[in-house]
Amino acid sequence: MSTVTPALQLRNIWKIFGDDVSAFREEISKTPSPAELDDAGLIAAVRDVTLDISHGEIFVIMGLSGSGKSTLVRCMSRLVEPTAGELMFAGQDLLAASEDELIQIRRHKMGMVFQHFALLPHMSVLDNVAFPLEIQGIDKQTREQRASEMISLVGLSGREEYYPRELSGGQQQRVGIARSLAVEPDIWFLDEPFSALDPLIRREMQDEFLRLQDILKKTIVFITHDFDEAIRLADRIAIMKDGAVIQIGTPEDLIINPATEYVAEFTRDVSRAKVFSARMVMRPLAPDEKGNLGELLKHDVKVHEFADQAVNSEDRIGVTDDAGSIIGVIDRQSVLNVLVGRESAGSY
Amino acid sequence: MQSVRILETPVKFRWGFWLPLTAIACLGIALHLYEELTPFLVKYPRDWIIPLRFSISDLMQWLIKDFDLGLFTFKELTRSIAWILEWPLSVANSLLATGFTFSTEPGAPVLLPPAPWIAIVGIVGLLAFNLAGMRLALLVTGCFLYLVVFGQWQSAMVTLSSIIIAVPLGVSIGFALGITAYRHPLLERILSPVLDLMQTVPVFAYLVPVLFLFGFGPVAAMIATMIYATPPMVRVTILSLRQIPEELIEYGDMAGCSRRQLLRRIQVPVARDSLMVGINQVIMLSLNMVIIASMIGAGGLGFDVLSSLRRLAIGDGLEAGLAITLLAIALDRLGQAYNKRSTQSRQAGTSRSLQGARLPTLIILILIASWIAAHFFPALAVFPESLQITTSHFWDAMVKWININFFDQLEAVKTFVLINIMIPVKRFLLSTPWIVVVALIGLIGFRLGGFRLATLVIVLSLFIAVTGLWSKAMITVYLCGVSVLFAACIGIPAGILAASHSGINRVTQVIIDTLQTLPSFVYLIPVVMLFRVGDFAAMLAVIAYSLAPAVRYTILGIEQVPTHLIEAARAIGCTRSQIRWRVELPIALPQIMLGINQTIMMALSMLVITALVGTRDLGQEVYIALTKADTGRGIIAGVGVACIAIVADRLINQWAQKKRLEFGLQS
Repeated sequence: MSTVTPALQLRNIWKIFGDDVSAFREEISKTPSPAELDDAGLIAAVRDVTLDISHGEIFVIMGLSGSGKSTLVRCMSRLVEPTAGELMFAGQDLLAASEDELIQIRRHKMGMVFQHFALLPHMSVLDNVAFPLEIQGIDKQTREQRASEMISLVGLSGREEYYPRELSGGQQQRVGIARSLAVEPDIWFLDEPFSALDPLIRREMQDEFLRLQDILKKTIVFITHDFDEAIRLADRIAIMKDGAVIQIGTPEDLIINPATEYVAEFTRDVSRAKVFSARMVMRPLAPDEKGNLGELLKHDVKVHEFADQAVNSEDRIGVTDDAGSIIGVIDRQSVLNVLVGRESAGSY
Repeated sequence: MQSVRILETPVKFRWGFWLPLTAIACLGIALHLYEELTPFLVKYPRDWIIPLRFSISDLMQWLIKDFDLGLFTFKELTRSIAWILEWPLSVANSLLATGFTFSTEPGAPVLLPPAPWIAIVGIVGLLAFNLAGMRLALLVTGCFLYLVVFGQWQSAMVTLSSIIIAVPLGVSIGFALGITAYRHPLLERILSPVLDLMQTVPVFAYLVPVLFLFGFGPVAAMIATMIYATPPMVRVTILSLRQIPEELIEYGDMAGCSRRQLLRRIQVPVARDSLMVGINQVIMLSLNMVIIASMIGAGGLGFDVLSSLRRLAIGDGLEAGLAITLLAIALDRLGQAYNKRSTQSRQAGTSRSLQGARLPTLIILILIASWIAAHFFPALAVFPESLQITTSHFWDAMVKWININFFDQLEAVKTFVLINIMIPVKRFLLSTPWIVVVALIGLIGFRLGGFRLATLVIVLSLFIAVTGLWSKAMITVYLCGVSVLFAACIGIPAGILAASHSGINRVTQVIIDTLQTLPSFVYLIPVVMLFRVGDFAAMLAVIAYSLAPAVRYTILGIEQVPTHLIEAARAIGCTRSQIRWRVELPIALPQIMLGINQTIMMALSMLVITALVGTRDLGQEVYIALTKADTGRGIIAGVGVACIAIVADRLINQWAQKKRLEFGLQS
């Protein structure tokens, strides 16, 4: 994940709520503690957040309610004005953008999906999806054609004339997704998009989301309070607590090296087999082994996908890199360790 | 992100209330026993009165006579506003009532006669049919035909023409102010007390200054109407914009809406339903104002009711009153149907809106056709008098009959209530030392809302004392208090009953809907018929007028009790009456109290009108000022009424809000 210029850069972003924030702005460089802020009658919703979001990655911000994740994502689009810090979007200083520039950026380069869908109740599905194009002044025929494409992309063809209240929650969020994609945004914000849905629908929507991302390859900031969802979708995860980001890493990083007890609390019950890929559980190839390997696996296949095979066969399994050359070996014991959740030293 | 704010109770200690309360009670008794020691604490001394009313009258004189804005005087400014407003009004009036003429001179030749009754009836019928089908069309044409057949047409059209100008004006001004206040919280903070005053100062009080500034006539009446009817629109606008889910506004921002796009494409359509409630209120309040405005030259139905009340011609008054009521019902139902249809047509597709596009053409066609028809058949333009019906003799005769046959019984009821309830309360309030009342109000204010609320309510009650209105204000409090007590005793049980039986609920809704559409003056007619003038008649009128919110809020309060609490109570094994008394009522109580608060507000506004039937309170003071065209006296007394209203409102609201927070019904 190291593209040259990140899509979005946050440097020391703060958002402080309270009566007298401006007087406190000077103090921010000294990173005041929550207690100090509390004494001043202020609440820091976002504390000193620095992170980069790379092109084409799914960046998940995970935190429990009140951790400041929703405020953080709103700071990224300046829906909430950050109190201090630096915000670079596509090489442009977003905090310096004027009201008009901001409107243009939001119209053309940003898309957002909301937790409670935020569909306009007085408009049909088609009009809802076409709305962001309409306010840009695009003519009716073009925008409706584009909207129809988006609607069929999310699998709602035939429901163009429905009104939001006539749709189920999952369908409504599909409309929300289609609408946010209609302008072909460079960066796509999703604020707990599936939290208001039933578990089964949520799962279906996650698959749908991954399918779309496979086609679209957007830069995505995804907010959730559900660690399993984060693990399932993320390229990288940032964990937030009390307004601060306490760890950023890939799902595997977080499980192997939780930065704090708080992170470990989340990772403890996560099924490792679904997170770990072959690369994580393999051991280096011994010089004499090359000949007697059974089957070969790509390095990024998850353990639960080949667990049966590894446990039932006598042969060791070889792991290949993207180019197809063998880089390691998996034996039965290391797979079993992962499956029963044994933290056996050395295997990873 | 946000931490839950725990409500601060200024004094946690129970003694913080009971101890001072006992002290105040002891003080009251002591002052009563040893009145001659400190008479100035018992009765507010005359010498201490600040002659504010004279200063206000002088200020008014100065505004009218000497205030110069440079290029023109203040009076010229207000008169030119009146002149501008007169145009649309006179066009509407000409179209509906008087016909178009070359000049405004009386007796000038009529260029184009007013729209024939047949045309108006046809048009409203068509509108109603288009909005909601046959049933509404029948109802509305029925209402308008009553106006035709009972000879109320001419007056009704004068009234209607001022309504159709005042309502859109009031709605647009209110809407514009509401939006600006929503965008600029500072403006809202300034506006809020002004709106409070506009809504609580009785209309009579500002009729005089409006007269001085805008001249006698329909325009001044319309301005007074708008002052009275606009504040709810402002409030509803602010409230309904604020109720829009935060996410939708955020979405609008993210989609890159400009402020204008956000307003027109998102905020207004989403808030539409609640905005319609505001428009409806403006219509209702304007109709309510019609009679009051007739005192300063609006003419129309209001004038008919007023003049027949003065003549004690009960039958005539009743018919004109009924005409106002029917007009109100017709307009109200049309408004509701419009609101409902615009919600549905979002779904129904385009077939209906096509019809809507053809509607104006159709209306003009009807107008032209009926003008031509009326030219040949004059009966279509002016309903022939020989065919008109009147029932006024019947009503007059009935009143006579009742008064002859039931005089003793009615008198007995009246005397009983007066001697056993009303007079003792009145005596008690009048003999309570003013300082005790002020201290008591202050203490309650402090308990509920700390120093700020206490200061506010003390200042407001001192205002009444300082301006020398104390005893009149106490009579207002007594009349209001007794009426509200009765209204609560009727309204709350009725609400409880209605909340638990859907059949009764339906009947109750119809009754309170009707009660709320009746203009306040109409209530005077039957009570004067039966009980003539005096406090008792006034009280009955006030009870009838102010009953509706007590019922409505009770029903609402009980319906809002969370179902899971009722289920929990049933699971524990509560009987029905245990659920009622231990669960439903305590939780609904804050809501019920808000209803009582509304009842108090309506009672106070009605009390000013009941001054016409001879009460001796602040209302009478306002009314006398009106007849004597005494600006200062009227305004001071009016503000006095407003003070009582605001004290009651703040205390009850604060209490209710506190309870709702405690119950977790509101965050």
